[in-house]
Amino acid sequence: MPNSTKNSRIEIHTSPDDHRIAKLAALAIGLHLIEAVLPSPMPGVKPGIANIITLFVLYRFDFATAAWVSLLRVFASSLLLANFLSPTFALSLAGALLSLATLFFAQYLPRHYFSAITLSVLAAFAHMVGQLLVVRFWLIPHAGIAYLIPVFMTAALVFGVVNGLLTNYLLRISPAKFDEDKG
Amino acid sequence: MKGALRCGKPLLGDVLVIVVGLIFVAFLFKTLWHNEQAAKLQIRLGDKIYATYSLDQNRNIDIQGPIGITRIVIADGKARFESSPCLNQYCVHQGWLSHKGQAAICLPNQVSLELLGGEKPFDSLNY
Repeated sequence: MPNSTKNSRIEIHTSPDDHRIAKLAALAIGLHLIEAVLPSPMPGVKPGIANIITLFVLYRFDFATAAWVSLLRVFASSLLLANFLSPTFALSLAGALLSLATLFFAQYLPRHYFSAITLSVLAAFAHMVGQLLVVRFWLIPHAGIAYLIPVFMTAALVFGVVNGLLTNYLLRISPAKFDEDKG
Repeated sequence: MKGALRCGKPLLGDVLVIVVGLIFVAFLFKTLWHNEQAAKLQIRLGDKIYATYSLDQNRNIDIQGPIGITRIVIADGKARFESSPCLNQYCVHQGWLSHKGQAAICLPNQVSLELLGGEKPFDSLNY
């Protein structure tokens, strides 16, 4: 047993990829927290500015990195906001998962015609659908919520477009070799 | 990939997606927001339907929920939570409900109201 002595200390070897994911996730968590303290016109309607980071990462790096950043944000933010495993967390996670699933397919849309605006709008809709499914099947199990769906979806469209424009802007102003600077 | 992104403006496909999104949202408003007057009130307690009442007759309904008695009032084709044992009183503050599809819930006492339409195809059936 040559390893028995070494096992007394746990060593985690981190790769440059891990560092990059951690930095980007920290950025997303920061945005998420800023948004959490902003007043919201009605429960459930939030701009989702942290998704800008997810989209940015999807364009600059790849889907796997974007998924890491998005899910780390959901988990870490819920710990910081003390709502881990609460309904709020479930809403956030369902939204993030469905939105990632949508992005997984949407990333193959021809880039010549579809920019981050399309991806942002699709992701925002998917996020809202994920949340509404949780609300419908777990929190408020009857059809009363249907009345609010148009409002939520309008908000998703508006914020989706705004976040998409911001992502395009961010992609334009940030150096393409972001990767190596940060590495 | 990056060529198209450089401009930052919406591309043809983006405009298409936004237009389709707008149509989708308009469709949602049209189908889910109707101003039809409701005909019946359905009350749920927990996950079960407690009772369904017509809105034609005025009445007070007292329901024993997990934390106390919730009073629901039906008057002049409208319904509301009149009193509730819950702390935040969101249900009472919802006020009168009168349109089909409107709903109010009291999560602490597990009571919910939903207004239903009256479009029944028959008044009665005789054989």
